[in-house]
Amino acid sequence: MIGEWLDVGPVGQIAPGDARTLPVRGGEEIAIFHTLDNRFYALVNKCPHKQGPLSQGIVHGSVVTCPLHNWNISLKTGEALGDDKGCVPTIPLKVDAGRIYLLREAVVGRQVA
Amino acid sequence: MNAPMTFDTTGRDGKGAGGVRERLVVIGNGMAGCRAVEEILARDCSRYAITIFGAEPRVNYNRIMLSPVLAGEKQFDDIVINGADWYADNAITLVAGDPVMAIDRATRTVTTRAGRIEPYDRLLIATGSEPFIIPVPGKDLAGVVTFRDLDDVEKMLAAAGKGGSAVVIGGGLLGLEAAHGLSLRGMRVTVVHLMPTLMERQLDEAAGYLLKAELERRGQTIVTGGDTAEILGRDGAVAGVRLKDGREFPADIVVMAAGIRPATGLARTAGLDVERGIVVDDHMVTSDPAIMAVGECVQHRGICYGLVAPLWEMCRALAEAATDAPGGGYEGSVTSTKLKVSGIDLFSAGDFSGGDGVEDIVMRDAARGIYKRVVVRENRLIGAVLYGDTADGGWYFDLLKKGEDIAAIREALIFGQAFASGGALSHPNAAVAALSDDAEICGCNGVTKGRIVATIQAGAHALDAVRSQCKASASCGSCTGLVESLLALTLGSAVEAGPRTLCKCTSFTHGDVRRLILGKQLKAIPQVMQELHWSTPDGCATCRPALNYYLLCAWPGEYVDDQQSRFVNERLHANIQKDGTYSVVPRMWGGLTTPAELRAIADAAEKYGARTVKVTGGQRIDLFGIRKEDLPAIWGDLNAAGMVSGHAYGKALRTVKTCVGSEWCRFGTQDSTGLGVTIERMTWGSWMPHKFKIAVSGCPRNCAEATIKDFGVVCVDSGYELHVGGNGGIKVRATDLLCKVATEQEALDVCAAFIQLYREDAWYLERTAPWIERVGLDYVKSALFSDPDAVPSLAARFHYSQQFMQEDPWARRAAGEDAALHQHLAEVRPLALEVAR
Repeated sequence: MIGEWLDVGPVGQIAPGDARTLPVRGGEEIAIFHTLDNRFYALVNKCPHKQGPLSQGIVHGSVVTCPLHNWNISLKTGEALGDDKGCVPTIPLKVDAGRIYLLREAVVGRQVA
Repeated sequence: MNAPMTFDTTGRDGKGAGGVRERLVVIGNGMAGCRAVEEILARDCSRYAITIFGAEPRVNYNRIMLSPVLAGEKQFDDIVINGADWYADNAITLVAGDPVMAIDRATRTVTTRAGRIEPYDRLLIATGSEPFIIPVPGKDLAGVVTFRDLDDVEKMLAAAGKGGSAVVIGGGLLGLEAAHGLSLRGMRVTVVHLMPTLMERQLDEAAGYLLKAELERRGQTIVTGGDTAEILGRDGAVAGVRLKDGREFPADIVVMAAGIRPATGLARTAGLDVERGIVVDDHMVTSDPAIMAVGECVQHRGICYGLVAPLWEMCRALAEAATDAPGGGYEGSVTSTKLKVSGIDLFSAGDFSGGDGVEDIVMRDAARGIYKRVVVRENRLIGAVLYGDTADGGWYFDLLKKGEDIAAIREALIFGQAFASGGALSHPNAAVAALSDDAEICGCNGVTKGRIVATIQAGAHALDAVRSQCKASASCGSCTGLVESLLALTLGSAVEAGPRTLCKCTSFTHGDVRRLILGKQLKAIPQVMQELHWSTPDGCATCRPALNYYLLCAWPGEYVDDQQSRFVNERLHANIQKDGTYSVVPRMWGGLTTPAELRAIADAAEKYGARTVKVTGGQRIDLFGIRKEDLPAIWGDLNAAGMVSGHAYGKALRTVKTCVGSEWCRFGTQDSTGLGVTIERMTWGSWMPHKFKIAVSGCPRNCAEATIKDFGVVCVDSGYELHVGGNGGIKVRATDLLCKVATEQEALDVCAAFIQLYREDAWYLERTAPWIERVGLDYVKSALFSDPDAVPSLAARFHYSQQFMQEDPWARRAAGEDAALHQHLAEVRPLALEVAR
């Protein structure tokens, strides 16, 4: 992925199985997930169904279950799984030397007018 | 000593009528020697003139069946392999009871203790193994016996006939079988085993534990980690055993069963290559081409076998070589073990020591004492340990020996052949349809397909009905899928829905999982998932919260709550609302509040911008619109005014609704408000399968609506009516009357006991109403009242658990615990394009 990366801090800030949020002023809040098998993903923190805060859902495998109505959202693709239809934007993320980086243009390019 | 006996029924001189036969002399009249002779005779019955020397004064018998003889389950005659007629029919000279003492390779003769000299052209050494006598003081005392041959068994039987105590040194296969036999014969038996796990070469820790528990249940004393220091004597006879840690055990007989080693003395003296055993090649030929060896005395490719199974292959290879028949030689054996203790089914084979790239598949049912473990490496089965249900031992052993790729059946592997080899997972119904009517579906209860189908046709249209009527899948449950397939095949769409599995990650039901958590002492979510063969690496949003609750309920004070397995409301101790903000409900005991509390609530509502303030149906106040980040602060403010979490967000005790009762009400019969407060003080903070609501009404007018609560008290003049299983939700259900009690204390006791029964028995997310409809009110009444100890002991478990639960979660968060849960990681300000802290 070419582009500038935004350093959002060390991996240790997010416990396995947890998610933390990153509000973007004038933009969409981002949720960063740390799965139990030690992978990191970032999604816009809004379920495609009723905009539930995905960061508050239960993380299992590479899936988060929305806390509002139990939609299962793939952390890899942002797509709703099973019979539900919908997709939430994913934010390219990389982990380098113990720090989490998000693709800057994906973070700030999502500004709401 | 027994006198030598010669079963020479031929009267010949070793030369056959049809020409000069080669002289084959066999040293050892045991299983190996005789099997080798059988194999040779089967290939060429006229090549050799055969003489067999046996140290024991008897014909060839099945040594591994000595255990049942000791236990009284078989007689010696039952275990004879080849009687005197076999020797006669095959013109074999048997010299029994006169052991060979020397081999002279130069003259090709053997010499017996009685001085008999026998020439040979080919010599077969099949001396087997001898017991290892641990070198401790007292090992030569009278009454110290080994467990190797019928003479040993007779000594043990003689001792057992006098009663008293026996100590068996060694908790391996042989030792445990000796202990079992002596125990059945009426002796008090202590097994002293050096290692921490019984049969540690065959069993892993889990199976060893089950075995130990079962033997102890049968009255044996099992000492693991016991290192024998000395065998104590009195007047030259054994009196006891003292361990290095000082413990002493009385003994009238001591059985040395600490191990065996190859009997190589003769071969070594004769100058053959001997390491641990007599070194042989793939055709069982020793370093002297005229001398072969077979059985437990040999070392083949570096391995000595202490079991009977390798004999068959060894003897085949030997016979082929000895008769110049074509054959591939012996390539070593993978061995398996079965313990011959009646009522204990135990099977072990292969390697289960673990290591890189090795995966375990485990299934346990501790309630029935079943433990199955198969070990897989690179899609091949390399080991298996079965305890309690060994029906599939042979199948696993076959897979193991053949080294077949098991990738296709991996998921079903642990359920055994019936399930796995039908390809049941991919086409369950087709595979089951293909089974014959006499195929056993339920190994636990021995139920065939035909019987299950007949049961279904006779009217059992649901899994539960099949289970109760013919017991199929009613025990370990591993054949549940097969039974469901049979229901579908037999009835088509007429199948009535049965118990659901907990979630798609497991084939176990809620009930199974709860039972196994207790039975197997499972104490962490990953452990449950591993042990119960979860199909997903870390579960799903359905099973994680359920497991977290089940573990919390099973192991109060011990299990550490897993926050990542909590729904958001329970993780944040507040109720998430549709806009992502939260609502906060402080507890109001029994619906009572004070002006000071109301003032603090009002202040908090304004300070944190609660956009809606509402009185709830549970007699308290809900503040809506609180931001996640503000939760610790508002809790701190409410705590400061003396209020704690109302658990309005939890699968937990919610409220205890009350009416004003006798203190104010002209109809009131009892102090319903006071009782409500007492009940709420007793029950707050307890996690439950689902939310739990209580009410106390002061008279039958029932203003607190106690008859639609999970637990409702209706006060009457003469005492308290206790009602259970009500629900005012989607489906209104009035309570059932559980009982009537006279005193407040009795009401409290039954309340605590009922809650604990619900906590221990119901499925996660099952309210009391569906729970009671599922199990029946009679079950609940019986669980509480059929045994006078039930209410006190359930209540005691509830109170014990409450010690660890009654801590205000708000206070800890307000003090800064888990602050990260409430804070953003950072904030992005696009204009500056920087991350701010």
